[in-house]
Amino acid sequence: MHIVVCIKQVPDSAQIRVHPVTNTIMRQGVPTIINPYDLFALEQALQVRDHHGGEVTVLTMGPPMAEESLRKALTYGADRAILLTDRHFAGSDTLATSFALSQAIAKIGNSFGSPDIVFTGKQTIDGDTAQVGPGIAKRLDLVQLTYVAKVTSIDLRTRAITVERRSEGGTHVLKSELPCLITMLEGSNAIRRGSLDDALRAARSEIVKWNAVEAGIEDITKCGLRGSPTVVKRVFAPTPREQKAVQIDTVEKAVQDVANELVTSIFAHQPALEHELSSTRSVSR
Amino acid sequence: MTEERFDAIVVGAGMSGNAAAYTMASRGLKVLQLERGEYPGSKNVQGAILYANMLETIIPDFRDDAPLERHLVEQRFWVTDDTSHTGMHYRSDDFNEPAPNRYTIIRAQFDKWFSRKVRAAGAIVLCETTVTELALDAAGKVIGVHTDRAGSVIHADVVVLAEGVNGLLGTRARFRKVPKPEAVALAVKEMHFLPEEVINERFGLPGDQGCVIEAAGTISRGMAGLGFLYTNKESISLGIGCLVSHFAATLESPYALLDAFKNHPSIRPLLAGSEIKEYAAHLIPEGGFKAIPQLFGDGWVVVGDAAQLNNAVHREGSNLAMTSGRIAGEAIAAIKSRKHPMTSDNLSLYKAMLDKSFVLKDLRKYKDMPALLHTNSRNFFTTYPQLMSQAAQNFVRVDGTPKIEKERATTAALIKARSRWGLVSDAVRLALAWR
Amino acid sequence: MGTRKSKAPPPAQARASMKKDLPEQFRDYRHVWVFMELERGHVHPVSFELLGEGRRLADQLGVQLAGIILGPPGDSTLHAAAEAFAYGADLVYLVEEPLLTDYRNEPFANALTDLVITHKPEILLLGATTLGRDLAGSVATTLLTGLTADCTGLDVDEDGSLAATRPTFGGSLLCTIYTLNCRPQMATVRPRVMRMPQRSNKPIGRVIRHDWRMLEEDIVTKVVGFLSDDRSGNANLAYADVVVAGGLGLSNAENLLLIKDLALTIGGDYGCSRPLVQKGWMPADRQIGQTGKTIRPKLYIAAGISGAVQHRVGVEGADLIVAINTDPHAPIFDFAHVGVVTDAVSFLPALTEAFTRRLAPANRLRLVN
Ligand SMILES: Cc1cc2nc3c(=O)[nH]c(=O)nc-3n(C[C@H](O)[C@H](O)[C@H](O)COP(=O)(O)OP(=O)(O)OC[C@H]3O[C@@H](n4cnc5c(N)ncnc54)[C@H](O)[C@@H]3O)c2cc1C
Ligand SMILES: Cc1cc2nc3c(=O)[nH]c(=O)nc-3n(C[C@H](O)[C@H](O)[C@H](O)COP(=O)(O)OP(=O)(O)OC[C@H]3O[C@@H](n4cnc5c(N)ncnc54)[C@H](O)[C@@H]3O)c2cc1C
Ligand SMILES: Nc1ncnc2c1ncn2[C@@H]1O[C@H](COP(=O)(O)O)[C@@H](O)[C@H]1O
Repeated sequence: MHIVVCIKQVPDSAQIRVHPVTNTIMRQGVPTIINPYDLFALEQALQVRDHHGGEVTVLTMGPPMAEESLRKALTYGADRAILLTDRHFAGSDTLATSFALSQAIAKIGNSFGSPDIVFTGKQTIDGDTAQVGPGIAKRLDLVQLTYVAKVTSIDLRTRAITVERRSEGGTHVLKSELPCLITMLEGSNAIRRGSLDDALRAARSEIVKWNAVEAGIEDITKCGLRGSPTVVKRVFAPTPREQKAVQIDTVEKAVQDVANELVTSIFAHQPALEHELSSTRSVSR
Repeated sequence: MTEERFDAIVVGAGMSGNAAAYTMASRGLKVLQLERGEYPGSKNVQGAILYANMLETIIPDFRDDAPLERHLVEQRFWVTDDTSHTGMHYRSDDFNEPAPNRYTIIRAQFDKWFSRKVRAAGAIVLCETTVTELALDAAGKVIGVHTDRAGSVIHADVVVLAEGVNGLLGTRARFRKVPKPEAVALAVKEMHFLPEEVINERFGLPGDQGCVIEAAGTISRGMAGLGFLYTNKESISLGIGCLVSHFAATLESPYALLDAFKNHPSIRPLLAGSEIKEYAAHLIPEGGFKAIPQLFGDGWVVVGDAAQLNNAVHREGSNLAMTSGRIAGEAIAAIKSRKHPMTSDNLSLYKAMLDKSFVLKDLRKYKDMPALLHTNSRNFFTTYPQLMSQAAQNFVRVDGTPKIEKERATTAALIKARSRWGLVSDAVRLALAWR
Repeated sequence: MGTRKSKAPPPAQARASMKKDLPEQFRDYRHVWVFMELERGHVHPVSFELLGEGRRLADQLGVQLAGIILGPPGDSTLHAAAEAFAYGADLVYLVEEPLLTDYRNEPFANALTDLVITHKPEILLLGATTLGRDLAGSVATTLLTGLTADCTGLDVDEDGSLAATRPTFGGSLLCTIYTLNCRPQMATVRPRVMRMPQRSNKPIGRVIRHDWRMLEEDIVTKVVGFLSDDRSGNANLAYADVVVAGGLGLSNAENLLLIKDLALTIGGDYGCSRPLVQKGWMPADRQIGQTGKTIRPKLYIAAGISGAVQHRVGVEGADLIVAINTDPHAPIFDFAHVGVVTDAVSFLPALTEAFTRRLAPANRLRLVN
């Protein structure tokens, strides 16, 4: 069984700051991490491999320093890592990204065996679109299973796969076939800690680096800025609310009095609400 | 695979560990470096000022690609009381030299860069790997390490302990004692982010020029301590540290201290409008020469903060760490090239080389300073600063009082606060400790 | 929130006159489409919110607004069509096929793509739900067009291009995105980001049935089961009128009872900030914010929540935000309307009590069930 996992190196957005004057991102000191959702995808892939045998290849498209993330993936136990890096990829939107990744996956298939499953994360925390996974699936003509919470079973003989997929208001149980593309939801399968051997192997591995040509991409115009139908025209800061919260004074007052005052204030702001709350109310738990 | 053997294992990827690993790897040794942080530098806290010279000795062309913030052209020393500071500023265009002498750095970035050099030199670096214990043979010789990852002992001829001030491994193996509370300071630090132009304007710094403020006085509330402010490109590092023994005695909270420092009328305007990110606390070895533990043994050496190699008076640490790491690396490589075993006797070469370097010479010079500051902190950090401020104010305020009376008042205040004998004795002891 | 109020972005300079440059084959793409999300017989309310936005865009462009309905033959699709008109559509495109009973990517993507190629809309909007995002990505890739996810503001600029505004970098910034040289211009919008428009009693108008076929044998994925979340009534946080939420300031999982009690007392729903989900104190579908739910209640009470930007973007649409926090400088006070600087753990019971008393007469009724 051959599994490809797409991971992306992203800035740790919890630590991003915006320049107060120019509204640009201050990148100084912002560490990068593997997109957290992709770790769930990777762990699920490793579990499938451990259970059914085979290999896990991790793939990322990004700047040369994304190598760090791949090495980390190897430390967790992935078997092979490929970095897709080329100036031509700069400025890719989701359409161009999924194009480049799908070409690279096809090339991986030719070089190391056709993948049975391609995993991606549900979404990235910087792009945040959840579009790249479906984009890859379409381009490679793979069955697409998005928002998967769990891979319940795989039958290698019949090539059947059953998954649980989150949907609005519930969980669908879907039965499908390999090969397929799965986008993984966050879940309980926290990424494993690799063994010392894995860590040593990872530290020594050569990360395979492909530029566009090496990834088998013939039509460069489908990549990067040129291959992206969407363009960002303007970046700006949200307008702050003019007024700060009106504070309910608490000094030397009994808690209950403050609470009563707050309730009065709420209904003063929202007179209609009092009536609504007093009348029929169904309680959801 | 874990059956394989390394020439050397370096525990820790801070300044000293990187220097040691780099030195050994570039001399062809098979080196494994283990770091518990997520990446090199992720756990490290420093002001931080980099002293170029000591890095140059290791990596001569480091300026080409090291992540340096600003080179320093100005140093301010402040003595504070609650509302004022009396200061000395030194600024010189001479520091705008082709190869500047001091830089501000951000450790998280700098350590990553240094680690890349270590890898490029051929060492294997594993992060998120904590060394849990040293492996000893029956004779007590260090033969390798245990880690928190699944797997057995990894063997090496020698282990370089570059584990920083806490030095848990060395302590557990009884190579050293837990440092006394009066021999370590606790420093807390914040990063204040501001646009580059604002910093340049506020401190009068064109381009990549930087400035440092070091402040002592009532800000440490009578404890032996020091506040600092360092300008980075787009941020300001602000911190304050005091002896752990003094924190324990006064029950002061480091957070409150930092808060008060931030709000000192001389500091507050420098930080106005900044966004605070990253709060960190870290220990600094302050025990000086007398606190240095045994530096080598059978199959091991200890370097950097773990060996208490820190010059508190000049707030130098990373350079002593780097230098001791480099020297340990050179000593080990020399022993290896002679095909000698890594016995205690042979490893004493490290100590001999360190003795000849500025590291032990400087620390020996200030060997009495820590004790003096520890026992006399109230005078040095509260009484004298207050007097100094009063004197300065007396001097500059024009209010019709005859100058002769002003002078008398200043002298009287000094003597009232600290008996004549006390003053003289403090002065003499300070001079002796400094000598 | 700020975005929606902001004016249309200034005319694009770099690649000006985008519309005039449009390749020949896209020139006749016209009209605004809203995909009506239909699952298990119900129209997802996000579709109505999108019809409200779509109406505005169509009026600005002087074109028609169409509701797109894919579903099995029967009452549910007809009902959906009626609702589309009631919320402002001028016409409806309908694909009725038994294959379209449960959502699956293959037939839905295939049908919608076919519909687009046949009838050529210039703008296509979908809800950023699990269904909408799954579908939109496939359709946009097949059509090789641009798709802007999770928009918070939609506008038409001077030359008639769609200016789609969305948060970036975790909500610290917003960006406006255009789709150049391709049609349709596609965008998804999260439930509750846009205001629910007024429903009118407009009668059913023009319904255009689109003939589309696919064979079940050609569809690889089969739905073999559905486990509904709805255990007791309808826990739909996004659409609750009153929401009470707790954050790390509540210090432990037991204190969440205080939140639930208050919610129960005022007939609201409850939620939390992300760290509580990460600690396992609450299930993920109770998380409010950028990576959780967007809510738009009439009253939102946040207790022990600092108000990080990722949380803020999920609650800014609330009519009234009340914050309870011990730290007077907590960022939540920058966007709350009413604040109380106090310990939430001791304050919440008092607040519950205050509400109970105030709403007392009517409350007797509630105690019955
Ligand atoms: C607030 C502050 C400001 C300072 N300012 C300056 C300054 O401006 N200039 C200056 O020169 N010095 C300064 N110093 C001192 C300087 O930071 C230290 O002297 C220097 O970092 C010591 O380097 P080191 O390699 O010995 O230790 P560290 O840099 O602390 O590195 C030790 C490393 O070992 C790792 N480690 C520890 N235990 C284990 C284990 N069991 N397994 C694996 N890894 C382990 C740690 O994660 C860490 O990365 C400052 C210190 C502080 C706290
Ligand atoms: C990619 C990404 C996505 C994210 N998505 C989301 C998201 O969707 N939703 C979300 O909520 N967060 C999200 N976050 C996390 C977000 O950045 C914040 O970390 C989080 O919202 C903080 O939660 P909190 O306010 O509960 O905790 P804290 O920030 O720790 O705040 C606790 C607050 O409680 C106050 N407090 C303490 N004690 C008391 C007391 N006794 N009474 C009253 N107040 C008290 C404190 O003053 C403080 O303000 C995301 C982060 C990232 C990086
Ligand atoms: N540059 C990239 N390299 C590899 N995988 C990516 C890249 N961008 C996105 N992905 C994958 O696509 C998923 C969805 O990304 P997004 O559409 O950006 O939210 C991510 O979780 C990744 O698995």
